Amino acid sequence: MGYPHTPHPRETPVLSQHFGEMEATTLDGWRTRGGYAALQRALGMAPAEIVTVVKDSGLRGRGGAGFPTGVKWSFMKPGDGKPHYLCCNADESEPGTFKDREIMRWTPHALVEGCAIGAYAIGAETAYIYIRGEFTEPIARMEAAIEEAYAAGILGKNAMGSGKTVNVWVHRGAGAYICGEETALMNSLEGRRGNPRIKPPFPAVAGVFGQPTTINNVETLAAVPQILNNGAEWYKKFSRSDNPKSTGTKLYSVCGNIARPGNYEVAMGFPFKDFLYDVCGGPLPGRKFRAIIPGGISVPIQTVAEAEASLMDYEGFVAQGTMLGSGGVIVVDDAQNLVKFIARAARFFAHESCAQCTQCREGTAWTTKILERIAAGDGTSEDLDTLLEIADNMTGKTICVLSDSCATPVVSGLKKFRGDFEALIKKKTHVLVPAFA
Amino acid sequence: MGGVEAPADTSHHGHGGPYQPVFVGARRQELDELLARYPSKMAALLPALWMVQHDRGWVSDEAMAEVATLLELTPAYVKGVVTFYTMYHQHPVGRYFVQVCTTSPCQVCGAEEVVDAFLRHTGCQELGVTSPDDRFTVIEVECLGACGFATPVMINEDFIESVTPEGVPELLARYK
Repeated sequence: MGYPHTPHPRETPVLSQHFGEMEATTLDGWRTRGGYAALQRALGMAPAEIVTVVKDSGLRGRGGAGFPTGVKWSFMKPGDGKPHYLCCNADESEPGTFKDREIMRWTPHALVEGCAIGAYAIGAETAYIYIRGEFTEPIARMEAAIEEAYAAGILGKNAMGSGKTVNVWVHRGAGAYICGEETALMNSLEGRRGNPRIKPPFPAVAGVFGQPTTINNVETLAAVPQILNNGAEWYKKFSRSDNPKSTGTKLYSVCGNIARPGNYEVAMGFPFKDFLYDVCGGPLPGRKFRAIIPGGISVPIQTVAEAEASLMDYEGFVAQGTMLGSGGVIVVDDAQNLVKFIARAARFFAHESCAQCTQCREGTAWTTKILERIAAGDGTSEDLDTLLEIADNMTGKTICVLSDSCATPVVSGLKKFRGDFEALIKKKTHVLVPAFA
Repeated sequence: MGGVEAPADTSHHGHGGPYQPVFVGARRQELDELLARYPSKMAALLPALWMVQHDRGWVSDEAMAEVATLLELTPAYVKGVVTFYTMYHQHPVGRYFVQVCTTSPCQVCGAEEVVDAFLRHTGCQELGVTSPDDRFTVIEVECLGACGFATPVMINEDFIESVTPEGVPELLARYK
């Protein structure tokens, strides 16, 4: 946290090593830090060779799903005669997550370079970086970096003198969490309402503008130049020895009731307990941690015991009943009303539902109403069963997973912190009097 | 599709009189350059609406009709898109549009008190209602994506981190 950025000694700054250095945001500054060497090399390689290196590195999607990046790229069939597109998902809106924002603010050229390499590797001449509309500063930094890159001949019709065309453009969103869902992002980019699409067809077959498309997260693409510079084996070295499935480093955004909120980068498999208490400074004075969400508000809530037993990688969090997700760590302490916290999360999803699926439109709204009623002291014991029934109807039954994401904190909250709900119901202040005794 | 005449501006905002098109001169050129980035005209819709809002402060029906004509869409289609996204104003707002994040991570850090402070110090009676002097409109916004710097606030295009209730008067003094 804080800038100029002084990493904690236990961090492994790979993506974040130049955070806080104003000079690194400029082309000259980026070049003196080794920038665009990877793109230069990539443009001399066959696209398939780049895909192989990324595949070998074990890099997985950092937006939440964790899909292997090289495998995703290999779905794009070269020589099919169709225009291909790369979309960079910079619609970072998952509550608790603010890591892509820092990448774009401090190392915009890392993302331009990653996009250019990715586009070339999948046979695309154009990459669009879809940035959420509220990120005015990251948008300005990215646009400035892209302008510099065009002026220097890095982007354009003859990228770095290779004879190949690589275009990178910023596309500004306009306020919609759902546009972080990849098919909604493509609709929004096309100038439509951001409603998710039914899959199949998958984006690699028919994506944006009906053409083969790959969508990658900012953090994923920003890691690509480093992998090409240092090699797949170097990237794999960061994983823990007993789990080769999660490789490299991960940026975590830390927020809520904790001593040192901010962005931290650690190697895959780092102990979550050490991360929370040592790297991030533990609870606020006089407080205790109560509940922890490690991967953005869409992943299951952990108890403190579960969190302390977790290892920070894709498999490590699953083993403790949750998911790595986007790496947005939200900490709630014992001074907070956990039901109110979950009710506010539900309100977020109700507000952000695109409303095309009934289960989501109705489910998010009713979940919010019931939770707010309980939080206000007006709940009944039947409300808890109703919440679970609604959550069941919201899970696995809609076009995208926004509905499931709303159900997750409710179900995991009720499972692990049922006492918090029941205490509010017992305390209830208003009683319905039956008309006939 | 196409050829829809932009009707006269009937809003009470601005100077009245006939609607003045946004996309003339440099703005028109900017839009034409933008169109070269996409394989369809429709893809320039969100950027075109941003230009409208930047120049006019909000997106009126007349402006939607103008954009529709330029991009070969119908005004109804454009309105459908405008209403989907929360950042396009469909009505005039105060000179300074204040958005305070109150989603869960900020809520547990005291965002509600920040909202109260903004309402108190701007003279806005309630959320979404512009202050009597036309200076401010305050709304709660869903996750601004800066949760570690609670409470983040946007005032027009300015993004301000770590706002506290005590810091609100000094912050507002910068917006005359």
